[in-house]
Amino acid sequence: MISIRNVTKTFGGKNVLNGLSLEIPRGETLVIMGQSGCGKSVLLKIITGLISADSGEIWFDGTEISSLNGKKLNTLRRRIGMLFQSAALFDSMTVAENVAFMLDQHTDLDKQEMHKVVDEKLSLVDLAGVQDLRPAELSGGMRKRVGLARALAFDPEVIFYDEPTTGLDPVTCTEINQLIRDLHERLQVTSVVVTHDMHSAFSVATRMAMIHEGRQIAYGSPDEMINIDDPILQQFILFGAPDQILNMENPILKTYLGR
Amino acid sequence: MEQPIVHEASGGFPNLVKTRLHKVLSEIGHAFTLFFQTLIQIFRPPFQFDLLVKQLLLIGFNSLAVVIVSGFFTGMVLGVQGYIQLKPYAVEGSVARFVCVSVVKELGPMITAFVLAGRIGASITAELSTMKVTEQIDALKVMGTNPVKYLVVPRFLACSIMLPTLTIYSTFAGIGGGFVAVVTLFDVNGSFFLLEVQKNLFVGSVLISLIKATSFGMAIAAVGCYKGFSISTAGGAEGVGIATTGSAVISLIAILVLDFVLNHILFNILGLV
Repeated sequence: MISIRNVTKTFGGKNVLNGLSLEIPRGETLVIMGQSGCGKSVLLKIITGLISADSGEIWFDGTEISSLNGKKLNTLRRRIGMLFQSAALFDSMTVAENVAFMLDQHTDLDKQEMHKVVDEKLSLVDLAGVQDLRPAELSGGMRKRVGLARALAFDPEVIFYDEPTTGLDPVTCTEINQLIRDLHERLQVTSVVVTHDMHSAFSVATRMAMIHEGRQIAYGSPDEMINIDDPILQQFILFGAPDQILNMENPILKTYLGR
Repeated sequence: MEQPIVHEASGGFPNLVKTRLHKVLSEIGHAFTLFFQTLIQIFRPPFQFDLLVKQLLLIGFNSLAVVIVSGFFTGMVLGVQGYIQLKPYAVEGSVARFVCVSVVKELGPMITAFVLAGRIGASITAELSTMKVTEQIDALKVMGTNPVKYLVVPRFLACSIMLPTLTIYSTFAGIGGGFVAVVTLFDVNGSFFLLEVQKNLFVGSVLISLIKATSFGMAIAAVGCYKGFSISTAGGAEGVGIATTGSAVISLIAILVLDFVLNHILFNILGLV
């Protein structure tokens, strides 16, 4: 569905992405992991066209996005939804206005039809009765849910999650992870989750990719990732993955645990 | 250890000037790019009149009282000072002309622009830069909405429309202030004052006033929006504060520079009265 080919990006002389290539298959939930500052969020911004890569190509369903002009890029963006790290809700609008924003901008739906879609999307993220509240009146977890409902409003083919559990308490983190899984199962959308939270990663992923120093160093299903003999990846897994997936009889894990 | 520092300092100054100059020129270039993008987006559908009406009310209606009060007291000061300065030459009768010409051609648009630069320009920057820092502008883009069209165009149009509108109020308030001051504090006949105002109020002068006000409105909106957009996402609350202060200062300077340029063009080149 999305193909990232040899993408490079430099900020102030620092190579953030260094010839990164990655495939995001249709219908999968791909988790992109890596240390803070390794370029995960930058990659997300490049895929969504918020910043441009220095070189390389991003193919979205057969279209190379860096070649698109503003209008075509905006048309393509209507096929994606994004949950920002801070939720990025419009604080001058109510929850309902936030969720209905894309419908208001890009469709001719009347108010009643929009209300119906808003209610439907808010119920998808297990939120009801908050339509008239302002973002400032919501908790961190509720804001993420509203952000997700807004991302879902236009029935996207791909949803991008930028650090969906950052800054949330463990209970809310678990709820958000459950929500990402449920949405994937119910809507069959392609999901791309950027995180360094290994609990979240193993909880939602059907595919995983590990980025280090601007390159992809590992790729596979969660089970395959545990068996990849790479010290950086195994450190990440050992120190962050939930206990239930850490099989200490696994010879590779044993090796790195011994070190 | 001292030698390289001295060397660096002497060699560093031209470099510092070069870097600063490069930064200033680059900022001017980006500001003009945003300005031209705005002009293009004004004429591209869809036209979102609801956003424009909201900004017109916010910028115009909410600024009306402060603009009238500022204009009124400026007129009073002009009346008092004009009378005191003209009296020794026994031409105090010209005070009405002095107040009228000064307020219509210069102080009406200028005072209105100064009030709006502080009140609206800074508020536009604070709002847009906060949206930038909290990723709301990125969210707009990801949802397929052009931020220039959605955020800049309504503010730019509202400032360009409301500045001349408010200038009319401020000008009337200024002449009114001059009238009240001169008639109540000095021995000047009210009817004579009004007759003199009528004699010296030309269509050309009003046109100059409105052209200036529209240009000031465009400048305030362009600077306010540019400063709001130019903040980096990592700028945080401090960055918002710096951008807001910068916006007010640059707007005030831009108004003064524009005023000089427009005076030169309108009076010297086009020969308007």
